[in-house]
Amino acid sequence: MDWTRHLLIVPILLPLITGAALLLIDELRHTLKALLSIASGVLLLVTAIVLMRLADGVADGGGALSSSYALANWPAPFAIVLVLDRLSALMLALASTLALAALVFSTARWHRAGPHFHTLFQFMLMGLGGAFLTGDLFNLFVFFEVTLAASYGLLLHGSGAFRVRAGLHYIAINLAASLLFLIGVSLIYGTAGTLNMADLAVRLPGVPAEDRALLHAGVAILGIAFLVKAGMWPLCFWLPSAYMAAAAPVAAIFVVLTKVGTYVLLRLSLLLFAPEAQGAAGFGGTVLLWGGMATILFATSGVLSSQSLGRLAGFSVLISAGTLLAAVGIGNTAVVSGALFYLVSSSLSVAAFFLLIELVERSREPAADVLSVTMEAYGDETDESEEHEDQEVGVTVPGALAILSVSFGCVALLLAGLPPLSGFIAKFAMLTGMLNPDGLGSIAEIPGSIWLLVALVILSGLATLVAMMRSGVRIFWTPLEELVPRVVMVEVAPIVALLALCAVLTVWGGPMLSYTEAAARSLHAPSTYIQSVLGTGHLPGGAR
Amino acid sequence: MELTLAIAIGVLTGSGVWLVLRPRTYQLVIGLSLLSYAVNLFIFSMGRLRVGAAPVLGPGGAGNPADLADPVPQALVLTAIVIGFATTALLLVVLLVARGLTRNDHVDGREPN
Repeated sequence: MDWTRHLLIVPILLPLITGAALLLIDELRHTLKALLSIASGVLLLVTAIVLMRLADGVADGGGALSSSYALANWPAPFAIVLVLDRLSALMLALASTLALAALVFSTARWHRAGPHFHTLFQFMLMGLGGAFLTGDLFNLFVFFEVTLAASYGLLLHGSGAFRVRAGLHYIAINLAASLLFLIGVSLIYGTAGTLNMADLAVRLPGVPAEDRALLHAGVAILGIAFLVKAGMWPLCFWLPSAYMAAAAPVAAIFVVLTKVGTYVLLRLSLLLFAPEAQGAAGFGGTVLLWGGMATILFATSGVLSSQSLGRLAGFSVLISAGTLLAAVGIGNTAVVSGALFYLVSSSLSVAAFFLLIELVERSREPAADVLSVTMEAYGDETDESEEHEDQEVGVTVPGALAILSVSFGCVALLLAGLPPLSGFIAKFAMLTGMLNPDGLGSIAEIPGSIWLLVALVILSGLATLVAMMRSGVRIFWTPLEELVPRVVMVEVAPIVALLALCAVLTVWGGPMLSYTEAAARSLHAPSTYIQSVLGTGHLPGGAR
Repeated sequence: MELTLAIAIGVLTGSGVWLVLRPRTYQLVIGLSLLSYAVNLFIFSMGRLRVGAAPVLGPGGAGNPADLADPVPQALVLTAIVIGFATTALLLVVLLVARGLTRNDHVDGREPN
């Protein structure tokens, strides 16, 4: 246990050191830079898996459900702490998996498209690791800014007028959201007198009644800052164009970025406004539920009207964000457990989708997507199909195209939530939780809003399926010109690996669901989290 | 003093929001700077306003903590200023690039007809 406590700092230090070291290497030595960066990604993934086992193992011993690490060994409420529990370990593992896939993919050509790609990528990983592990609000702000600053650079990677324009909007909106973040944090500090999340949860009931309105306003403003990042409906118009403009590996890692907002909302709402909290239980839950539903509705119509695959993928990110926000808004253990599974599954599949789009679009005329939407509306005038009928017989499908089309089909199944892949299990687990709030077997009254959410989740899956099939048929079945994309192994491998991981999640659905269930249970009982931060967080009598 | 500070924050925020909503990139960056000044002042005010109180312990060691100003908001403001400057500088670079690529300073990169 002794050395393992220091593992908590590794997800922050490792990318920081790697990123700094990469700055010193000459920009022309691509291979060396890529190797160092990938090695750091592998180490990060191994660390995240060890941390996941650690977070899972501590609970089985009957001890604390989470472990904390006091930076510089100062005691918790006054100094900065890192906290590990099942949720943060899961998010770390997800982020490092996607990062590894994106890094391997980028070695084919993207990392040479501009300077300092790997450095920025590592700094972004550092920010993500810090945001998942930190135990106080102000450090959350700092790590958020580190992540965002790196993401601004990454979004502009590869340059071009379209990227710069999308990046301009992205940066301006995120800067404004960061200012809201600061206002929220300072309002919370002004009323509660602390920024440590665990300490905040303890002090919350003691806040005098006349300050409560101010405190709630602070939390609400903080929530808006996170909702901008998570992409809730009225605040999400920047998202599809920014994600579409980003280079493929960058877009793949950006998928985690929206999940950071959801992660923080999940953590804060359950920690500060737990069912035991008097007078403030479930604060903001209704907003999240209805906002999430509005997001699903908006994104569903967006998916159906998208005339390019990039935009389609951007709206798929929004669908998963809306579903997650609504699930957080319900705040019931079973739903949150299903939502965590959905978070992992949908992030993996959307990231694979972003990588796939790059390969598919490389060989295609840009008009095919527009055709796939408009041809159905205005009729398909392909009279020449009869002339070519002799040629069509016995056409051999090239290997690369076969792999791409099968991957495309898998992504469609995952995003739509159809069996046999993990998207189905994720949605099924969530719907089960929504319709059986008290567990299987007991009949409970289900409010109308939940029925609406169930309908929206199923409807969004159907819409995704329709949109994906419409594009897929145009791309792979009836291409107007026979073109085989030139792809290399390092580009196909990450996509196949991400989809294989989804297949593994299907087979191991049981263990995975029991993990997310334990994570959701410990989120709903924050006393152990608080205890581990405020109790024996620091090493007794260590060298100071 | 409270009134002065409140008016200052209000004026900065009001002008900042108005400028951010303008369609020119220069107005956008000035607006964001004004907003960040307002936010930094706001963080100070959340540590309660005190006149003449020492920020940390005064010379001569330990004293009554009630005589001291709250040091936490000052640390927060310092960090916020650094981060705000860095990100605003980055935005400025992007604005210059956008200006060069699109040959105008409209935030959409196109002059409205």
